[in-house]
This record gives sequence, C-alpha cells and structure tokens, in this order.
Amino acid sequence: MSRLLELRGVTMEFGGLRAVSGLDLVVGPEEMVGLIGPNGAGKTTVFNLITGLYHPTEGAIAFNGRTMTRLAPHRITASGIARTFQNIRLFGSLTVYDNVRTAMNLNLRHGFGHALTRGRGFRAEEARIREEVMSLLEIFGLAGESERIATGLSYGDQRRLEIVRALATKPQLLLLDEPAAGMNPTEKSALIDLIHFVQDKFRIAVLLVEHDMKVVMGVCRRIVVLDYGSKIAEGEPAQIRKNPAVIEAYLGREAHHA
Amino acid sequence: MDWGNFAQQTVNGVSLGAIYALIALGYTMVYGVLRFINFAHGDVFMVGAFAGLYFHRWLKPLFTGWPAAASAIVILLLSMAFCALLGIVIEKVAYKPLRQRSRLTVLITSIGVSLLLSYGAQLIFGAAPKGFPQLVANHTISLPLGASVTVEQITVLLVTLLLLIALTFAVMRTRMGLAMRALSNNPTAAALMGVNNDAVISFTFGLGSALAGAAGIFFAMLYQAIDPFMGILPGIKAFVAAVLGGIGSIPGAALGGVLLGVLETLVVGYSQNIGIPSGYRDAVAFVILILTLMFKPTGLLGKSEREKV
Amino acid sequence: MKNHIPHLALFAALAGAAVLQMFSPQLDDYAASILVLIGINIVLAVSLNLVNGHTGQFSLGHAGFMAAGAYASAMVTLSFAPVVAPAGPWAEGALFAGSLLLGGAVAALCGLLVGLPSLRLRGDYLAIVTLGFGEIIRVVIQNTESLGGARGLEGIRPYTNLFGTFAVAALTIYVVACLVNSTYGRGFIAVRDDEIAAEAMGIHTVKYKVVAFVVGAFFAGLAGGLYAHFITFIAPEGFNFLKSVDVVVMVILGGMGSTPGVVAAAILLTLLNEGLRDFEQYRMIVFALLLIVIMIVRPQGLLGNFRGWPKGKAGA
Repeated sequence: MSRLLELRGVTMEFGGLRAVSGLDLVVGPEEMVGLIGPNGAGKTTVFNLITGLYHPTEGAIAFNGRTMTRLAPHRITASGIARTFQNIRLFGSLTVYDNVRTAMNLNLRHGFGHALTRGRGFRAEEARIREEVMSLLEIFGLAGESERIATGLSYGDQRRLEIVRALATKPQLLLLDEPAAGMNPTEKSALIDLIHFVQDKFRIAVLLVEHDMKVVMGVCRRIVVLDYGSKIAEGEPAQIRKNPAVIEAYLGREAHHA
Repeated sequence: MDWGNFAQQTVNGVSLGAIYALIALGYTMVYGVLRFINFAHGDVFMVGAFAGLYFHRWLKPLFTGWPAAASAIVILLLSMAFCALLGIVIEKVAYKPLRQRSRLTVLITSIGVSLLLSYGAQLIFGAAPKGFPQLVANHTISLPLGASVTVEQITVLLVTLLLLIALTFAVMRTRMGLAMRALSNNPTAAALMGVNNDAVISFTFGLGSALAGAAGIFFAMLYQAIDPFMGILPGIKAFVAAVLGGIGSIPGAALGGVLLGVLETLVVGYSQNIGIPSGYRDAVAFVILILTLMFKPTGLLGKSEREKV
Repeated sequence: MKNHIPHLALFAALAGAAVLQMFSPQLDDYAASILVLIGINIVLAVSLNLVNGHTGQFSLGHAGFMAAGAYASAMVTLSFAPVVAPAGPWAEGALFAGSLLLGGAVAALCGLLVGLPSLRLRGDYLAIVTLGFGEIIRVVIQNTESLGGARGLEGIRPYTNLFGTFAVAALTIYVVACLVNSTYGRGFIAVRDDEIAAEAMGIHTVKYKVVAFVVGAFFAGLAGGLYAHFITFIAPEGFNFLKSVDVVVMVILGGMGSTPGVVAAAILLTLLNEGLRDFEQYRMIVFALLLIVIMIVRPQGLLGNFRGWPKGKAGA
C-alpha cells in the first residue's frame, strides 16, 4: 500500500472562514513528509482534521484504506495515528511514567473490574506495561526521571516526553506539531537526529508541521506547502526552496506592501 | 379551548418572564465579558427586594404627599444603585483574584458568595417571609378575552421594556458599551487598545446587578412576599433563560426570559390537562436547560465558541 | 501499590469495623451517632471525589443520587421487614444489605441516565446541568405520593450500625483507591488534566467520565441507604442542592483528587457541623466563607495536588 494516509478534497469551514480548502495530501508508509506554510495557513487545522478533533466540511480522509472521516479521536488513535501538540499537552499532575502509561489504555485487557479484584491477570498486565513503558523511557533517556511530575521536566525534555507518549500508542503515522518551537540551535540538531532515530527504529511515517526550515529540510523527503488553506506547492526540499510561489507566500506579501 | 384562561396565563407568564429576563441579562453580560456563570447573581435579586422593603420603611416619612409613582421610582432607583454597588464589591473581593483561573473555579467561588448572601440575609432578617408594601395603586384592568392585568404587572412590563431599551442604547451607542463588546470579543486586544478592563468589568457587574435588583423589586411587587432564599430558584431559572436565548446575547436573554416565564406559567396553568402535577413547575426550567444544551447548545440567538487546539 | 496490600487493608478495615461494633454498647448514643455520620460523609466525599476530583467532572447533583439510594432502600425494608423480621437478626441484616445494594443500583442507574447526556458538556455547564438533574430527582420524589411526597417517609427501621457504616466506608475507599491506582484509573486523571490529549492517547473520554460518574452515584446511593436507616425519617428537602454543596465543600477542602484528604475533610466537617449545631444560623456562613477562602487562597485544599482546571483548557 503506497498510501498510508490520504486526504481527498478536504475542506474545513468555520462559520464564514475557510481554514482549509480542497486539500489533497498523501503520506506513504515510513515516509517523512513536511507540511509548511506561513502563519495561519491552516497547518494545525489539518492535524486536527486528521486526528478527528474537527470533522471536515467536505472531503474524505482515509488511513490504511479505511475511511476515518467522521471517527472519534480515540478511535483514530487506535487505528494507528498519534500526535504531539503545538503547545505541549502533557498531563500536568501525572508523573513521567504515568504520562506514557496513559497510552496503554488503548489495548488494556484488564481494566475496570480487574483493577478491583487485582487477580493474576491484572498483575501480569501491569508488570508488562511497566516493562514496556520503562524500556521506552530508557531509549529516550528519560528513565531516570520516571517518577518526576511531568511538568517539572525541562522544556526540551517535555517535548521529548510528548513524543515518547505518542510513540507508546504504537502508531504507524506520527504527527509532530511544531516540535522545534522554543528550542535553541543545539536542541534543534538533537531533534533532527531524534526524528530520524524514531522513524528508523519504529518504522513509522512522520508528518511534520514546522516553521524552522533547517529542521524541515533536515528531516523531510517531501514537502507540502499550504497558504490560506490551499496547497500551493509540493515536492522535494531542493525544489520547494526555489519555488517562486512558495517564496512569494512567505516573503511576497511583505514585499508588495513595502 | 378556553381562550380567556390562555390569555390570562400568557399575561401572567409574560410578567414573570420580564423578571426572568432582567435577571438573565446580568448573567449574559457577565458571561459575555468574563466567560463565567455568576452563581451569586440570583441572590443580588433577593438583596434588591430587601433593599426595596427597607428603603420604603426608612424613607416613608419623607414621601408624605408625594404621588405613589414618584416614591416608587425613587425606591427602585435607590435599590438598583445599592445592588450595583454590591455587585461591584463582590467582583473586586471574590472574583478579581481569580481572573487568571478557570471558569469552574470562579463558579465554585460564586456558589460560596451566593450562600454567604442568602444565609447572611437569614441571619440578619430571619428566615420568615416578610410582606412587601404596596408601591403602586391596587387596580385591575380588564383585557379582551376575559383576561385581566394588574397595575403592578403593567408597571413591571413597562419598566422592564424601558430598562431594556436603555440597556441596548448603553451597549450599542456609548463608549462604555463599545468597550464591553470589545472586551467580550478579545480581552487582550481590548487592553492593548486602551480599554481599562477593570473599569469595564466593574461596570458590567454593576449594570447587571442593578437590573437584578430591579427584578427583585418587581418580583416582590407581584408576589408580595420576600424571604432570604427567594433568589436561588429564580436565579437558576434566569440562567436557564440566558442559555435558552443564547448565552452572551442580550436580546437572547430577554427572549429566553420571556419564553421561560410563559412556558412555566402555561405548564402550571394547564397542569390538569397535560397530566403533569403543578408541583413540577420548577422542573420545567431544568428540562428546558437539558434539552437546550443537548440539541441547540448555542441557544436560540447565540454564536458558537471553539476551543483553539 | 504492591500486590496484596489493598486486599489486606480492606480485610483489616472490615475487621476493625467489626471490633468497633462489638464495643459500641460502651459508647454513648451521641458519640455513636457522630461516628455513623462521619462514616456516611466519608462515603459521600470519597465517591464524589472520584467524579469531581480524580476525573475533574464537576457534579453538583450528588444529593440526588443519595436520595435515589435512600428512598429505594427504605422502600424495600419498609415493605419486606415485617415479613423477614421473624426470621431473626441475621435475616434482617441480609435484608438491610440487600436493600443497600438495591439503593446503590438504582442510584447508579440514575447516574447513567444523568451522565450520558451531561458528560459531553463543558465544565461549568455540566455543573449546572447536574444541579438541575439533582433537583429534578428531588421534585419527582416530592410529587410521588407512593414515596411519601413532600411529607417524606417515616418509620424506617434503624438498621444502620457502626459495622455497616464503616464496612461501606472501607469498601468505598478500597474501590476508589484501587481504581485510581491502576493503568485504567490513571485514565481518569488524564481526562481531568487534558481531555484533548487524553483522546489523542486513545482514551474514550466520555466513557471514562460516565464510568466515574456511575461509580460515584452507586456509592452515593449506598450512603443514602445508610442515612435513611439511621435517622429513620427522610424527606425530599433533605436531599436538595445545599446537601450537594455540603459534599462539594468536603471534596474541595480535602483536596480534589486526594482520597486521604477528603476522608480527613469529611471527619473535620462532620465535627464542625456538630460543633456549630447550636449556632445553626452561622453554620452555612462558615461553610460559605470556607469555600470562598479555599478557592482563592489554597485551591488544592488540604492534601490535593490539583489546583483547579487550567484557564481555557478543555472542559473548563
């Protein structure tokens, strides 16, 4: 299957405002695709559409061939799409360990009743969960902080934790929403390496929304450019960099007003 | 079909609705500007009624020789001013410290304020209902279809209408009204544009509380007895009216208030025919609330709000 | 929580309750009745805390579920006690236990009916709607003659004793603590902290909210049954909005999301209530001031870690 995620003619209207207009977007398995555009272009809206927070006014969204268009967000996550948020949304009163552990609710076999009886099956599953979460934290160097309240971590660590948490849902597609925001150049380099590592080790596709061009060019094989909700260009980083429509979108408007 | 009865019920319902509308306006304005449900608002209504009672008692000697209407107006204005002041003080003391916190936190605090007001009133005035004086003449006027309307009801309707017009003028045509609308639309931008948020918020609370105070006096005029807990149920019902009309919308609050008043009165008036005991009168508002929030949460005239992700 | 500790703790608590019961003839009536009230308030506070505290869904209608449980269990014993009593105290005990469970089940059903439509609403609206449902339950009881209407039900058998009360309290604490300290239960807290992120983690937030709500309602129903068989006379006004506020104050004072905190608050506030009995007029004023001051100065209460919902975030 060459189309893991497919958006066809997706339009999103809020009252009178068209945030996204007739968008066609494809992400293949294990592909690294970037979604860029000036502020207000509709990038986060596209993420919200894919993850089911909004339902498109028109168009269809399919994942692994199945229609996702009107599914509830938790069902979409269960299908294999995970995300991080532009403004970090960790669970503020939970520890680092518990934050990642929440992702395990997806496939929990010993839930409500078993939590009360605490039989062998429950205890075995809790032990398995602990192992999984800790090894995941270990991979990303956060195991030492596992009992710390998540919001006590440094900003960079919090962003990493959000990615770990998303990975714990065992996705096939990871949506990263401006992961480099607020990072210094060193951190951004580390982030580029991290994303490559994640993609390689977990064999997942990544759709990245990002303003920092260095990160985008360093990570993505293919880039889609949005402006005012419509796709204006698509192609390899080198082509996009030289594309006049893209340059116009980012700089042109100011140049005309100058 | 007994049209006379229907007409009478409708007249009664509209008068009750006017009272709900006045209270609902305060809820909707505060919600529009601050985005929270001020649970204590209903108790300001109660304070208005008590203020009316005591102003009348204390100032009666001064009013000898005055026409009833004039003294009634003075008492109304004094009570409205008192309530406005009370509203402003409550906001400064209990709600201002919570401006950066969530709406639910302030709601909980406002429940505390509401209890403080009603139990405080009980402490001061005692729990027993008090009679409210006759402020205007005691006539009944006949209407077509065999219905009748009292002078009190006409007064309530007319003054409510006047207040609504005044309010609309204030919100649409004055600078303060513009500031209110700006603040409710976008607090950050409003502050950057030079709007003194604190002043606008105080003004909104003052205005809403004044209207609630007026509603208290009208209620007392129509139903003739007041007690420290009279505000709780009408307060919640007026909130329902605001939601029904579309929370944040001033015409919505007025519409919702009147609709609720009429519906409630009709349900009680026709309770025999529809098989619902009249004891269910209070449940009407709650049922309307639940239905509205389930099927049209933005209300009849409201606009929807989206959370930014 | 280590593996067998919860079971052992529950067993120890039940044994403790039995011991307390054995010593009860040595206590004077007044002390015993205070203890029963403390126990009932613990059940109410811990169960409401699951909903308001751990899951962050602000319910103002807990008294309605208490009423449902109270009336259901009272009706059962009023109807069947005359038949069962001749069979001896153990039979009556079984009847009582059965009636409590039925009361809990009825309350849980009410919780489901209330929760399903309401729990999709935003935080402040949810509060008002649950208040509305609580009032609807009260109004329905008030207008139902077979339930005693506004006059209430009297002559309820005084089956509630120290063992029963503290056994139920221990059970309530056990259930809530076990639930919350599990992977499943951490889901409740995730829903409270950030609904949108919780959905993104695959947690069906509405389902979790409804589960918390129904469990909370169940235990409120048990508390209602205990209460009915303690004071032997119940009337609809006793289960109004102010009763819900009483429980809310316990949860807020104790700290939303902290089980030990709300247990401590339940004990403190029951004692405060008794202490102010002669100053009935001041009681609610004190409660009101407490509520206002806590929200402004220390919203996390005595032992809670939840400072209230973040401004503008999902649900509030």
